[in-house]
Amino acid sequence: MLDNNQLLRFTTAGSVDDGKSTLIGRLLYDSKSIFEDQLEAIENTSKKKGHDGVDLALFTDGLKDEREQGITIDVAYRYFTTPKRKFIIADTPGHIQYTRNMVTGASTANAAIILVDARNGVIEQTRRHTFIASLLQIPHIIVCINKMDLVDYSEEAYNKVINQFEEFSSKMLVKDIRFIPISALEGDNVVNRSIAMNWYQGAPLLHTLETMHISSDINKVDARFPVQTVLRPQSNNEFRDYRGYAGRISSGVLRPGDEVTIMPSGFTSKIKTIDTFEGTLEEAFAPMSVSVTLEDEIDISRGDMIVRSNNKPVASQDLEVMLCWLHNNSAKSRTKYTIRHTSNEQKAMIKDVVYKININTLERNSEDKDLHMNDICKVKIRTTKPIMIDSYRENRTTGSIILIDDTTNETVAAGMIV
Amino acid sequence: MKKYYLNYLDELESEAIYVLREVWAQFQNPVILFSGGKDSILVTHLAKKAFHPAKIPFSLMHVDTGHNFPETIKFRDDLIKELGVNLIVGSVQESIDQGRVAEEKGKNATRNALQITTLLDAIEINKVDCAIGGGRRDEEKARAKERFFSHRDDFGQWDPKNQRPELWNLFNGKCFEGEHFRAFPISNWTEMDVWNYIKKENIAIPSLYYAHEREVVWRQNSWIPNSEFLKLEAHEEILVKKIRFRTLGDITITGGIESDADTLEKIANEVSAMRQTERGNRSDDKRSETAMEDRKRQGYF
Repeated sequence: MLDNNQLLRFTTAGSVDDGKSTLIGRLLYDSKSIFEDQLEAIENTSKKKGHDGVDLALFTDGLKDEREQGITIDVAYRYFTTPKRKFIIADTPGHIQYTRNMVTGASTANAAIILVDARNGVIEQTRRHTFIASLLQIPHIIVCINKMDLVDYSEEAYNKVINQFEEFSSKMLVKDIRFIPISALEGDNVVNRSIAMNWYQGAPLLHTLETMHISSDINKVDARFPVQTVLRPQSNNEFRDYRGYAGRISSGVLRPGDEVTIMPSGFTSKIKTIDTFEGTLEEAFAPMSVSVTLEDEIDISRGDMIVRSNNKPVASQDLEVMLCWLHNNSAKSRTKYTIRHTSNEQKAMIKDVVYKININTLERNSEDKDLHMNDICKVKIRTTKPIMIDSYRENRTTGSIILIDDTTNETVAAGMIV
Repeated sequence: MKKYYLNYLDELESEAIYVLREVWAQFQNPVILFSGGKDSILVTHLAKKAFHPAKIPFSLMHVDTGHNFPETIKFRDDLIKELGVNLIVGSVQESIDQGRVAEEKGKNATRNALQITTLLDAIEINKVDCAIGGGRRDEEKARAKERFFSHRDDFGQWDPKNQRPELWNLFNGKCFEGEHFRAFPISNWTEMDVWNYIKKENIAIPSLYYAHEREVVWRQNSWIPNSEFLKLEAHEEILVKKIRFRTLGDITITGGIESDADTLEKIANEVSAMRQTERGNRSDDKRSETAMEDRKRQGYF
C-alpha cells in the first residue's frame, strides 16, 4: 500500500472567524483521520462550552495559552493520509501581527489554502495572505470560498468573489490558482461533493489536493548539491580511504560521470559514485539525501556547493533580497549578522532598505527605513565572502537565506533572493 | 521513463537524514536519546543510514527509571554492541538516592516526571549540546508545535511561545554555553509512517511490540503488565492475556492492548485500523489535558 504516494505540504492561513479551524477539522473528520479518543475529548469540550453538536474547530487547538485565548499563535502541524497521498498541514494564524508565522508555514508548502467568507468577499486579510503565498512562491493556490450555506449556495455570490480576486491578484506571481465553493461547517465540497451546489463542475477540495500535479514543484533542472558534512570512516575495511560528501540535493539531477565544479573554489572534477546505505545509484535527484565521491582529491568542506560545470549559480557578495523581519528587536543599521544560505554561513550587513511593502495595500514605501517585526521589504545585503546564489523564483532552496543576530543567537529575518 | 519524485516514506527518510547530518555538523557533542521504544530505534536506524559507511557518530543516552521491561534493556545492550557506539545511562534511582528527586506517593505513583531531573543532569554532566529525540508532532497537541531544532534555556526549559522561526530547511542551532537543543528528525512522521517504514526496512524491534501471552491487570482502560512494582488494588486481579504494546515506556504505566498481531505485517494492518491514539494507553498523559505541555516546558523529552 502507498508505494507511489507523494507527500503534499499545504498551509492554511486565517483568522478566528473565517472558518479555518472548522475546515481543517472537517478535512480530518471526513477523511476519517480523527481517532475516537480525540473525538471524545472534543465532544466533552464542546458540551462544556455549550455548543450544539461537535465543534470540529476544537480539534486544531494546541497550546494552553491558545486554548484559553481561542487563537492560534504559532504554526501547528497536522497530518493525515488518504489512499492517494500523505498530507502535512501547516496551520498558521492570520492576523497581521503573525505575518512571520504565515511566512514560516508558507516556506515549505506545495499549496496554500486561502479562505474567503462568501458574505464578505475579498478583504484586506485575503490580499495579505495571497501576497505572502506569492512572495514565498507557493506553487499552487486554492481559494476556498467558505460559508456558502450562508449565501444560499448562490453561484452569483461565488462568481462575485472570483472576480474580486482576479482583479487584485493579476499583478502577483501565482502560477496555479483554483477556486472552490465550500461550506466547512456543513461539509459541502470539502471531502464530499456538494449536492446543494450542483452548478459547480469542479472537484471538491480533498480530491483537488489528492490529484494536483506536484512533481514539478521542485526544480529538477539546475543541479545543486550543498555539502553538509564530509564522511571519512577511517576504518580498517574496504572504506579506509573513503571520502564522501554528504548532503541533500537541493535541485536537479546528479549522475556518476557528470562534470562538476566545486564552488566557491572553482575546482573541477567528475562525480565518481553516488552512495547511499543501500548501495550506489545510477542517478539521484532532489530532494534525496546521498553522499557523493569525486574522481579527484579536492579540499571540500561544509558550505561548499557541488554543481554541474555547465550550469552554475552566481557567486556574489552583493544580494538583493525580499526580507521578512521576524524578531521583536528591530534591525540595527551597520550591524553584522550571520547569514545562512544552504549549509554556508558568512557575515553580512544590510546596506540599504530599498522599499518597504505595506502588506495590506501592497504599496511601496521608500522613505521608511526602519525594520520592525513582520515588516516585508526589499533590501541590499553585502556578505564578507561570496555565496552561491540562485533567484528564489528559480530555486526555493538555493534562493533562500536567514539572518541570525550574533548577540542573541536568534533567527531575526528570512529572505528570498531577487 | 523514470520517475523523478519520491514516495512519501522515502521523502520522510531523506528529510530525517538531512536533520541528523545537520545536528552532526552544527553541534559539538550531540547524543541520541534512546528509550528502547520504536521511535528511538527508528532514529538510530536512520542515523546508521545517514553516516554510512562511517559509524554513528553519536553516543546513545538512556534515561533509566529502573522500572524497565527486562526485554528493553537486553535489546538496548545488543544494539549498542552491534553498532559499536557508546552508551550513556542516566539513572533515576541514583537521582533518588542522591536526594535530587523524591519518589511519588500514592496508587498511581510513577517515575515518569522524575526523569526530567535525571535527563537534565545527564545532559549537563556529559556536556551535551544537542539531544536527538524520537518525538513526533502527531503524538500530542503540544508536540504539534515543536521545531526540528528546539531550543532549551540554561534550565533546560522549553518556551513554546518564544520559539525560533524555522524556515525552509535552514536550521539555527546556535546557543550559549549551558543551553542546549533538542532535535527531532522524525517530526513529520505519523505512527502509521513509522510502522510502514519499520516493515519496509525490516528493522528489529523489542518482542514487546508483538502479540504475546503476558500477566496483566485491567486499569485505567488498558492492560497494565504485572511486575514487581505493581501494587494490586483489592478489586483487581491478574489475568493472562495475549497482548502487545503500542508504545513502550515504564513498565508501571505502559498499557497493552489485546491483539493477535505477531508479525510486522499484522501490526501495520492493526495500526491502520486503530480508532484510538497511540498515547491513549499512556497514563502519564491522562493526568490532565495539558500534561504533556507542562512536562515539556520543564525539560521533558
